Amino acid sequence: MKPGTKLKSTVCNTEVMVIKGSDLVVECGGAPMTAEGAAEKGSVNPDFAGGTLMGKRYVNEDGSVELLCVKAGEGALAIDGQLLPTKDAKPLPSSD
Amino acid sequence: MNIVLILQMAAEAGADRVGLVCDGRRWTYGQLLEAAKGAAEIFINSGCEQVALLDESSEAAPIALFGAAMAGIPYVPLNYRLADEALGALLDRIKPAYVIGDVERSNRLSQGHTCATREAFVQAAEEAAAGASGEEREGEGIAAQIFTSGTTAAPKAALLRHTNLLGYILGAYEFMTAEETDAQLVCVPPYHIAGISALLSSFYSMRRIVMLPAFDPDTWLKLAGDEQVTNAFLVPTMLARVIARMEETGNATLPSVQSIAYGGGRMPPELIAQALDLFPNCNFTNAYGLTETSSTIALLTPEDHRTAHQSDDPAVRARLGSVGKPLPTIELEIRDDEGQVLAAGERGEIYVRGEQVSGEYREKSVLDAEGWFPTRDAGYLDDEGYLFLAGRADDVIVRGGENISPGEIEDVLATHPAIADSVAVGAPSVEWGEAVAVAVVIKPGAETPSNNELSQLIKDHLRSSRVPEKIAVVEELPYNEMGKLLRREVKKLFLD
Repeated sequence: MKPGTKLKSTVCNTEVMVIKGSDLVVECGGAPMTAEGAAEKGSVNPDFAGGTLMGKRYVNEDGSVELLCVKAGEGALAIDGQLLPTKDAKPLPSSD
Repeated sequence: MNIVLILQMAAEAGADRVGLVCDGRRWTYGQLLEAAKGAAEIFINSGCEQVALLDESSEAAPIALFGAAMAGIPYVPLNYRLADEALGALLDRIKPAYVIGDVERSNRLSQGHTCATREAFVQAAEEAAAGASGEEREGEGIAAQIFTSGTTAAPKAALLRHTNLLGYILGAYEFMTAEETDAQLVCVPPYHIAGISALLSSFYSMRRIVMLPAFDPDTWLKLAGDEQVTNAFLVPTMLARVIARMEETGNATLPSVQSIAYGGGRMPPELIAQALDLFPNCNFTNAYGLTETSSTIALLTPEDHRTAHQSDDPAVRARLGSVGKPLPTIELEIRDDEGQVLAAGERGEIYVRGEQVSGEYREKSVLDAEGWFPTRDAGYLDDEGYLFLAGRADDVIVRGGENISPGEIEDVLATHPAIADSVAVGAPSVEWGEAVAVAVVIKPGAETPSNNELSQLIKDHLRSSRVPEKIAVVEELPYNEMGKLLRREVKKLFLD
């Protein structure tokens, strides 16, 4: 997954852009995300149904993967079954 | 990566929300994205290799910026204030281009381009939207090409990649943090990096842009009131003119304005202190950045301003004259001429590194092997890491082997009650190689101090090597429209 790659959920509307990537497989709603998404969407696994939020950044534990949610959906993001938390950035004042 | 993502996200989250107000027309994010798609189609069909904007700010700027991004073609905003010869040379360097704006000038000064007026381009983009694919192209990965002002040689073509600009926006801003009632008054010219970063950051924050194509304090104040503007960016000279106008009209309030950011030139400490007293509830942010760094790399926060303004500690108070601390995503070092990293308090050249730092020109990259960019700005850090600028590294006066910073002399001159503005430059000297020369502007109604008096003032505060050998009294100092002092013009005064 190189930075800039977009991944689509195969079970909901979620789309993410890779900001920092590795070879790990990103899942959404319990199913692996793909570049193309799915023509016919499967169903969201209830264990991974927390939803995604537009504009939020999701990171894995060791920080090797960072994803920006560019379209929200009902599935939750995970890697190897581990839910990805959002990265909380300290807000900076607008300088432009 | 592609910066068009910013507009796509805004349109996804709020297609019907107003993103831009210009000349009385209101554009939603959805309409802007559609027009950008149409623009991309037009650019690709024209066979152009660059998209140039030769015009004041308008809706055409974001439509062309994002349309070019989608088409994978660099966006090149040109300075319409340039004289014919200089502008013609730049147009020749970017052919074949799709030029938006001043068709007559473009055709007269350079051949081989496709040209359209602002109105014709915007209309064509809206019409082409329906059949447009909306497909993103990667191209060379360059989002914008900005010609630097070229103080010493021909203007350099600074390249900002999609990764640089997105790196800046994603590092410094959060998506959709603005309220729907928030509005940002944008009055910087489109060919300046601040004009581009204002578009990107406002769209990403989803803060409605109120565009003021040509700055004038009365129009600025009227728009700020009419559109209930909450945020603004000004260069110091613009802020001075707004404050002066408010004092003249006796209407010294800006009720809706919550935040004012400033940058692009040196802010006189008296001016920012005056602004803080006048608008105690307004948040002031000082931003420091360069074209080559995709805008801001350091900022002095509103809290820093208040703390410094209210402090009795001279070291803390002095920070009102600093540009604050580097962004968390930026590494910054002060280095000497040999490249050694200097300790706090020592003056040297500012080096920065980070994703938003391009340091790349069309001709070559100036990043070193480890990715550090030499800014050519001189400065130092204080004990707590606040960055102080000390002029351009090239502005240093070298008198008989001794390095003299013009700023230290100018700061002393500023304390004289009759002096409104001053500049120190190096003048050719047979004895010293370079000698100190100063040009001063006298306040209206004040008596012109004698050369002896000014020399004594400097001698009392600084070493005798700082005492000027030449003093010129002038009506005004030459600033460009962004408030940048043109020292090379001042130097010409002393070439006898």
